Amino acid sequence: MRIFVVVVHALAGLFVEDGAFALTIIAVVAIAGACTALLPNGAWASGFILLLGCLVTLLVNVILARPRGG
Amino acid sequence: MIYNLHFASAVTAAFLASLVEAVEALTIVLAVAVVRGWRPAGFGALAGLVLLAIIVVALGPLLDRIPLNALQLAIGVLLLLFGMRWLRKAILRAAGIIPLHDEAAAFASETAGLREEERRHEPHVDWFAGLASFKAVLLEGLEVVFIVIAVSAGRNVLIPVSVAALTACLLIATIGLLIHRPLARVPENVLKFAVGVMLTAFGLFWTGEGLGVPWPGSDLSILAFIAVFLMTGLGAVAVLKSRGKVISP
Repeated sequence: MRIFVVVVHALAGLFVEDGAFALTIIAVVAIAGACTALLPNGAWASGFILLLGCLVTLLVNVILARPRGG
Repeated sequence: MIYNLHFASAVTAAFLASLVEAVEALTIVLAVAVVRGWRPAGFGALAGLVLLAIIVVALGPLLDRIPLNALQLAIGVLLLLFGMRWLRKAILRAAGIIPLHDEAAAFASETAGLREEERRHEPHVDWFAGLASFKAVLLEGLEVVFIVIAVSAGRNVLIPVSVAALTACLLIATIGLLIHRPLARVPENVLKFAVGVMLTAFGLFWTGEGLGVPWPGSDLSILAFIAVFLMTGLGAVAVLKSRGKVISP
């Protein structure tokens, strides 16, 4: 049972390490999806939001990161 | 030409990512072999490979039953989470915000942990050692399987991508068996940076495809995304370095 919990935890860790970072990425995808569904010609806007949203999410996260000791 | 570019980028991403995963698995298997011998290390690794094969054979055919758009969206989002996590970490490591991953240190830590287990659980120590080897091969193997499926989703490149991943794993296993040391000289952060960029680009592409985005140039846009994320990543490293936010020694 312990090995199962360890494996599941490790699998989740493949995708989520910084919770806020992962949630922001999912929010960007959700906004892009809403654009496609709600706006006429929303697919183009959706692509733009995806690209820009991911770039901004990455940049803001790394710029705000604090040094960790080694 | 577009097929060739997609083929080349998918095969390269799978090969480089598999190199990194195989190096990480090898470090733990070697640590087990050094502390308890090749028997538990080999059995653990073999059991991990067998379970991995069972998972692939059991779940592989189910992928064909999922509608292509839903599959692309699900894989795209997972790939974005996975790739951007690697890229973020590689940027922070390259800028000196967090320490570089050190295979020699990981090997020493795993060895010390196993010796401690040896001291505390003498009768079951081979079982614990085998389990460590099993877990390493299973988890790193699952990452390889995920990357292979993700970069070949919806395109007819699954076999060459699988061969590239398998070649990388066999290459690392062979080198590890020959030199019996963790591969500390592999430029792991450079590889993770490159793979993070490529997986993020694939993730963005598949997520958009799943949402119905008509990417300009179709598959060619993956190359544009690779260039954009590479420049952004390198730019972020330069900015962070210039601000002098580095770890204290």
